[in-house]
Amino acid sequence: MQMPPPDPRILARRDAIAARLREVVPGAVIDDPAETRAYECDALSAYRCPPLAVVLPATTAEVAAVLRICHQEGVPVVPRGAGTSLAGGSMPTADAVIIGLSRMNAVLETSFDDRFIRVQAGRTNLSVSGAVDAAGFFYAPDPSSQLACAIGGNIGMNSGGAHCLKYGVTTNNLLGVTVVLMDGSIVELGGPMGEAPGLDLLGVVCGSEGQLGIVTEAVLRILPKPAGARPVLVAFDASETAGACVAAIIRAGVLPVAIEFMDRPCILATEAFAHAGYPDCEALLIIEVEGTAPEIDEQLALIRDIAARFSPIEFRESQSEDESRRIWLGRKSAFGAMGQINDYMCLDGTIPVSTLPQVLAGIARLSGEFGLDVANVFHAGDGNMHPLILYNANKPGDLERCEALGAEILKLCVEVGGCLTGEHGVGVEKRELMSSQFSDIDLEAQMRVKDAFDPQWLLNAAKVFPLAVSAPRREGIRNAA
Amino acid sequence: MRPETEDDLSQLIRSAGAPLSPIGGGTRLHPGEGAGERLNVSGLTGITLYEPAALTLVVRAGTTLTEVRKALAAEGQMLAFEPDDRPGSTMGGIAAANASGPRRVQAGACRDALLGVRYVNGQGEIVKNGGRVMKNVTGYDLVKLMAGARGRLGVLTELSFKTAPIPPCSATLALPGLDAAAAVAALTSALTGPYDVSGAAWLPGQGALIRIEGLEGSVAIRGKALTERLAAFGEVAEGDGASWSRLVPQGAEGDLWRIICRPSEAPALLAALPQPLALDWGGSLIWVALPAGEAPALPAWSGHATRVTGAEALTLPAPDPVVARLNASLGQRFDPRRIFAS
Ligand SMILES: Cc1cc2nc3c(=O)[nH]c(=O)nc-3n(C[C@H](O)[C@H](O)[C@@H](O)COP(=O)(O)OP(=O)(O)OC[C@H]3O[C@@H](n4cnc5c(N)ncnc54)[C@H](O)[C@@H]3O)c2cc1C
Ligand SMILES: Cc1cc2nc3c(=O)[nH]c(=O)nc-3n(C[C@H](O)[C@H](O)[C@H](O)COP(=O)(O)OP(=O)(O)OC[C@H]3O[C@@H](n4cnc5c(N)ncnc54)[C@H](O)[C@@H]3O)c2cc1C
Repeated sequence: MQMPPPDPRILARRDAIAARLREVVPGAVIDDPAETRAYECDALSAYRCPPLAVVLPATTAEVAAVLRICHQEGVPVVPRGAGTSLAGGSMPTADAVIIGLSRMNAVLETSFDDRFIRVQAGRTNLSVSGAVDAAGFFYAPDPSSQLACAIGGNIGMNSGGAHCLKYGVTTNNLLGVTVVLMDGSIVELGGPMGEAPGLDLLGVVCGSEGQLGIVTEAVLRILPKPAGARPVLVAFDASETAGACVAAIIRAGVLPVAIEFMDRPCILATEAFAHAGYPDCEALLIIEVEGTAPEIDEQLALIRDIAARFSPIEFRESQSEDESRRIWLGRKSAFGAMGQINDYMCLDGTIPVSTLPQVLAGIARLSGEFGLDVANVFHAGDGNMHPLILYNANKPGDLERCEALGAEILKLCVEVGGCLTGEHGVGVEKRELMSSQFSDIDLEAQMRVKDAFDPQWLLNAAKVFPLAVSAPRREGIRNAA
Repeated sequence: MRPETEDDLSQLIRSAGAPLSPIGGGTRLHPGEGAGERLNVSGLTGITLYEPAALTLVVRAGTTLTEVRKALAAEGQMLAFEPDDRPGSTMGGIAAANASGPRRVQAGACRDALLGVRYVNGQGEIVKNGGRVMKNVTGYDLVKLMAGARGRLGVLTELSFKTAPIPPCSATLALPGLDAAAAVAALTSALTGPYDVSGAAWLPGQGALIRIEGLEGSVAIRGKALTERLAAFGEVAEGDGASWSRLVPQGAEGDLWRIICRPSEAPALLAALPQPLALDWGGSLIWVALPAGEAPALPAWSGHATRVTGAEALTLPAPDPVVARLNASLGQRFDPRRIFAS
């Protein structure tokens, strides 16, 4: 993985820049090389580089003041939430200032009648639900990292979780943001009503990977909590059968809140780790439905009838809170479990659900060709796959082989009509693969949006677009439009 | 001008020397729109892909809503965002207007169901963004930007939508005795409980209307619970299910205004307005008619008001200057020759 070389003129001015930043946010600037190390990478820890400096502002006005200085000095800026990005989205370069939002975690306003909450962008995902739980509400998007990840990072990556089959991802639950542009101007997009005149700027800021502006506040839709929820576990003797069962459930018009899929390698690993008591099978589905007890019974009866057509090995319906917890336990510990047995790389491609059998077969074939095992765990209801490629980080050449296999699997996702990433974002990781999904014209159209928000290309600029494609802009040579 | 293919359209735009106005059915033009030479996209028709088991539909922009509804209904499906029906209305026009009906409170707006777009920009380039899958964060989400852009950034040629199953059972509860301002409290009460409400509106003469949908037993359970909760607001009656398609007023006298607010702000706005033609989205959408040329005098509120029929376009309050600058800058970059008069 390549990053553009740092600008020596900026490195030479390190102390002067830090001094200017200290004037506007005293006590919130870190430039001691020992301390900036804590910010040298995000959850994609294979790539590291300490930043020029880190600033931890406490208010929108401070963020604006810091950006004005960076803008004047021509210094690149990388916004950072909790640093859980798996795509290297918040990884810095040596000439960049990181703006960390972790101190901005307050709840600013809650209106249950209008069904929204306004929070600062550094607030963690789970604590948003925590703030409205007692009143019977919740915030729907639930990335697995929800204990740690921040709302600003969720907006940067348009994150989603297991329950997005029913509730959608971040963009479907985001009503408004306060965002600071690179030149320091503060602007509100959207609002508590979820509709604003003019272009849907909120829609394009969400998922723009910190390249258009720094989100300092967010207005989020909150929903009344359902009366209850119950999962079932359905086991099959072939992955294809499990895939066909998912299609049949959706086709029948039953819309569970979540349908999760795990294959045998993944089940074996999680059993050894978490002892959830999963059956011995080739593939299993965890299907969750919501409502009052009789409503849940009604939905599960339909699902049981449909599943029966695919001769499941087992249909395990939870009868208690404890059983529900155990059904989810294996799924929730899948990533940790895989990490115990091996190093792994987690992919995140999405495919049309109808192509599931074809893609699973393709992954098995590629896994054989590259000589690396692949375990599959994914959100089956919406086709968002997480193949986990197992490799040995200490074995020379293994990481490179793993990356090459990952690229082939993602290209397969694109070939069948899917995309490179369903929820983790492009970052630095999938940047160079973008050309397999988009033409130069398609990429140009996206880059024009960045031109409008950040004409100097200072915000997180070496991400998302293949380096060669973004080079003329990053290097300040404007193509006549 | 009525191109038959995307390539023809691209050629037309490349060689255009004067402003063009993309037109679908011409059923939703706002004041000031349609002033350029009409670029009729109704020749770009047809469903290119429909996979009921994946809940996805890909359709060319000139295809009518009527045709799409028919194809979906044959498989027991629908467009969850419930765009209102008027003859000739096209999928491109619906997406360009982000037209979204009562079920928006539950299932989201048109932009939330729009998974992918193809469009031709002001230089005649054919661009694609998004795709046909429900989760996709590959690059910027231009799909949202194009939805609701009203043809200012490009001409949509193909769209992919997420479809939804038609709920097997639907019930409408009505509180006929409530006037508009009083209705908002009842609608809010319904929307803030665990009833999965899929419509919350008010119509003159019919009062507050609340819809719940789903499996039969579930609708019965929620209907009963909701009736108890709403008893405090007056007598709850069985409502007319057909009302849901009548929430976008047509043929009003004077100018039609569309006012967006927080539900909690609605009563104060309603007090400053004549009797509304309808309320939707739990009170956050107010439809009202005002004498031609007149603008509403409203107390300060957090939303906006748009004149959608009449001689002159007007949105209140005036947009924030930075937002206006971003809108203009994007328009300039997507259409540097200012070909789209829209
Ligand atoms: C006053 C009024 C208010 C309305 N409010 C609502 C509402 O709140 N909710 C609702 O569901 N419906 C509403 N409607 C109905 C509505 O706006 C719809 O927007 C839609 O069905 C229009 O389809 P059409 O093909 O006739 O579009 P047209 O009327 O032809 O065009 C509408 C807009 O889309 C642009 N456009 C059309 N085709 C394309 C294309 N292929 N590419 C790019 N741009 C294109 C046009 O330039 C124009 O700006 C309203 C209609 C009117 C007249
Ligand atoms: C164990 C684990 C499980 C995960 N599970 C999921 C999952 O289920 N679903 C999912 O979608 N993701 C998942 N992720 C990925 C990650 O958690 C999400 O992408 C998350 O949204 C990142 O949030 P963060 O606060 O850590 O952001 P960071 O990693 O700090 O940043 C992410 C991106 O957003 C930008 N950014 C951060 N803050 C702001 C801001 N205030 N304004 C503008 N841009 C900003 C950054 O520049 C960067 O590009 C998982 C990660 C881990 C480690």
